[in-house]
Amino acid sequence: MDSPIVIDRPRRGVNRRLQTMITCIVLLMVAAGILLSGEWIPSDAVTPDFSRKGLSPSLEYPFGTDWLGRDMLLRTLKGLALSLKVGTIASMVSAVLATLIGAAAATGSKWLDAAINWLIDLVMGIPHLVLLILISFACGRGLTGLVIGIAVTHWTSLARLVRAEVLQIRSQPYIMVSRRLGHSTGWILLRHILPHILPQFVVGLVLMFPHAILHEASLSFLGYGLPPDEPAIGIILSESMRYLTGGMWWLAFFPGLALVLLVLLFDRLGENLRMLLDPASAHE
Amino acid sequence: MIDPLSLLLDVQNLSVSFRRYQRGLAQTNLNVISDLSLTARAGEILAVAGASGSGKSLLAHAILGLLPANAMLSGVMRYDGQPLNAVRQKQLCGSEIALIPQSVTYLDPLMRVGDQARGAEKSAERMERQREVFRRLELPLPSERLYPFQLSGGMARRVLFSTAIISDARLIIADEPTPGMHLSQAMEALSILRELADAGKAVILITHDVDLALNVADQIAVFYAGTTLEETPAADFAAGPDALRHPYSRALWRALPQNGFEPIPGFQPYPEALPDGCLFGPRCELKTAACEQETPPMRTVRGGKVRCVHAA
Amino acid sequence: MTSLQTLRRLGGRSGKQLLRVATLLLATTVVAFALVSLSPVDPVQQYVLGVGNVSMEQRAAIADYWGLNDPPVQRYFLWLSALLRGDMGTSLLYRQPVAVIIRERFLNTLALMMTSWLLSGLIGFTLGCVMGLRRGRWLDRVLRALCLMLSSVPTFWLGLVFLLIFSVALGWFPIGLSRPIGVANADVTFGQRLHHLALPALTLSFISFASVALHTRQKLIDVLESDYVLFARARGENTWTIMKRHGFRNVILPALTLQFASFSELFGGSVLAENVFSYPGLGAAVSAAGLNSDVPLLLGVTIFSTLFVFSGNLIADILYGVIDPRIREERPHGQSNRD
Ligand code: SF4
Repeated sequence: MDSPIVIDRPRRGVNRRLQTMITCIVLLMVAAGILLSGEWIPSDAVTPDFSRKGLSPSLEYPFGTDWLGRDMLLRTLKGLALSLKVGTIASMVSAVLATLIGAAAATGSKWLDAAINWLIDLVMGIPHLVLLILISFACGRGLTGLVIGIAVTHWTSLARLVRAEVLQIRSQPYIMVSRRLGHSTGWILLRHILPHILPQFVVGLVLMFPHAILHEASLSFLGYGLPPDEPAIGIILSESMRYLTGGMWWLAFFPGLALVLLVLLFDRLGENLRMLLDPASAHE
Repeated sequence: MIDPLSLLLDVQNLSVSFRRYQRGLAQTNLNVISDLSLTARAGEILAVAGASGSGKSLLAHAILGLLPANAMLSGVMRYDGQPLNAVRQKQLCGSEIALIPQSVTYLDPLMRVGDQARGAEKSAERMERQREVFRRLELPLPSERLYPFQLSGGMARRVLFSTAIISDARLIIADEPTPGMHLSQAMEALSILRELADAGKAVILITHDVDLALNVADQIAVFYAGTTLEETPAADFAAGPDALRHPYSRALWRALPQNGFEPIPGFQPYPEALPDGCLFGPRCELKTAACEQETPPMRTVRGGKVRCVHAA
Repeated sequence: MTSLQTLRRLGGRSGKQLLRVATLLLATTVVAFALVSLSPVDPVQQYVLGVGNVSMEQRAAIADYWGLNDPPVQRYFLWLSALLRGDMGTSLLYRQPVAVIIRERFLNTLALMMTSWLLSGLIGFTLGCVMGLRRGRWLDRVLRALCLMLSSVPTFWLGLVFLLIFSVALGWFPIGLSRPIGVANADVTFGQRLHHLALPALTLSFISFASVALHTRQKLIDVLESDYVLFARARGENTWTIMKRHGFRNVILPALTLQFASFSELFGGSVLAENVFSYPGLGAAVSAAGLNSDVPLLLGVTIFSTLFVFSGNLIADILYGVIDPRIREERPHGQSNRD
């Protein structure tokens, strides 16, 4: 018959599991490389050297050098290492916070649940960046303020997810059985609920990471956070602004691009992990 | 017998299968409709009756050209003497061929039902026509300003019916229009279909409820596992098992409440695991070796059509 | 039903919402005040830096005048009662009442935010619809990859790149500020304003259109797979008609809500964009206030921006009530939706 016969396109590419594994490995290698190079690069490698100042990107200096003759590639690597460290600590703390708060909301009294909901609204009500500035200000700027600020502002959406997940698990029959058997709430939480929200926790953590790094960079860029002599990416970019009109475009371009790639890598990994765990939510 | 001029839709050996990919590139074809044949005539109601899960809705979608992209079709469909291909389906759907869908979810939740009943066409006559049809279906005039969520079940059903009547289509396909209805509501819905048929339309009534269909239908196509096993005048169904031609039709008859409510043993096969030869074979008491050789062809027996080796 | 009933129902909803917002705002003042009180930075020292030589006695006098020796709780209530009277104190940095600064700068920021808000909404919605309609095809894949990438790009870097390309290399746009240097505020033409606004607004719109686009795409795909669109196709409606009659109608509401709920990121983004482009708005002021320990200004902008975010949420909520018939209109009495 002459009705159209449409042929479905086969799914291209490697399967999701493999893809996630590869992203994971690449990411870990990149992260380890950045961290190690951050440690290994001696600080005199980025000391001023006026014999080579303001060089545009070349084979010897792929990212160019700045107005003091510092190698931008090395500075960028050191900056990324710093971002990684801050991001890791902050998102770890935030994810733990989110899990505890989310679980508390789901298992505690109605009143507690409402209070936590209200708290989330409170945190989300103040613009993120303004709250970060406030917290950083409260801590007298510096690294501590940065980490605390990021940790305190990023837990809300994961907490909501955990809450929903725990509520769902709680209504499962085997939890009822366990309760009948006389197991305490704490025991149930530890044996049944925790293992189930562990994947959520991991995915939430990985997905939180890009945000944490971006906010760290934003705050450093604004002048909060790290002292100016630390080569954080935000500070590098903020300094570069004075030299942009002079045509030194590489000062802003490459460090920022490196940051974007790092963030992108973590974002993809998080999404891939999420799709592995919850294929239903993975549209196409 | 029947005036050949009144023949509106003629479906011969329609098969629909879906391509599916399992693990990598291994590909399987899932046959959801196989070798289905039926005819719909102007002025008549053809009831396509069969248990749920037998692919009846897909038949409607195939006729209307609504199958998803990974579906493959074979067979011949003719509408009004001309082949019904994709181009013609596009032209005819909505104007010549109309669907009455199953439930209120087929209405846009954010659009007033009057607007939905009129469809994309905007004109004063269309508006007039919609009001007239609403009146005829005893939908109060203000209801055209309502949204689907504000309708009661019965009203929603009548709005769905109104879409087909307003379009003035010659072929109307009603996809399970009665489930969830009280008997009186269902009878009312069916009587609207009867009126349409009496006004010269061809109506295809897709239903799982043979009993209800018997009240209004002229012809009955017994649908099983994606194909029609028998096409018979409704009168033969009323007359009893001896007038029927296929073992499954007889079993269906005996399963009716007034005829003993006798359940049919076994299960309808899944599309993934269709039996060889006669699709009804695994549940048939009359099965012989010949039945498993090949799918029995459609034969004309005593004024009806049947797909059984042993029918006479 | 009458429109009076509608009003009453919406009023009831908003009433509860308002109460919630009131408690949240009050809590915001507590949190903000507590945070600035925690700061180890000595405000007097900061003030004195700007004034010049000040003796120890004068310092003590200033501290006393500001009530710095009072317990924090007492200071909070003093500040709160002043705030409620509309007195937000005087900025140490700009030596002007905070209320005046906020009023002036908010107009600049509002122009910036609204331009980019409209821009990102329009671009995002259009892209989302295109992707949804072409789902799975190469155009969709390319655009989706682009959107995913954009959501990983920090605002300030994007601003720098735009600055490099459009201002430094191409010279199309000025480097910064909301008006040409040396021109009095009153003499600035609308065209000049727009010229200075364009690049920051573009930068700012880039942070949110990706999420609007991806969200709209998903929504549209859901709609296109719905029963009612299948029915529309069965009635011979073509893709464009379906979009006109059902697509936009069902997709625009969630997109609008998302846009109104994004005021928080919008404000955060404007802080960064204003710093990159030295645009004299509220965002530039708040980061300067934090860096220079200008406590009254920092508090003032915090409260004000929170108000801004809440009003966005409130508008989204009200909009839902007004636009969505399922909330706006009541079910008929004694009838259930389905039987
Ligand atoms: S062909 Fe054979 S198995 Fe099939 S219905 Fe007829 S008798 Fe039964």
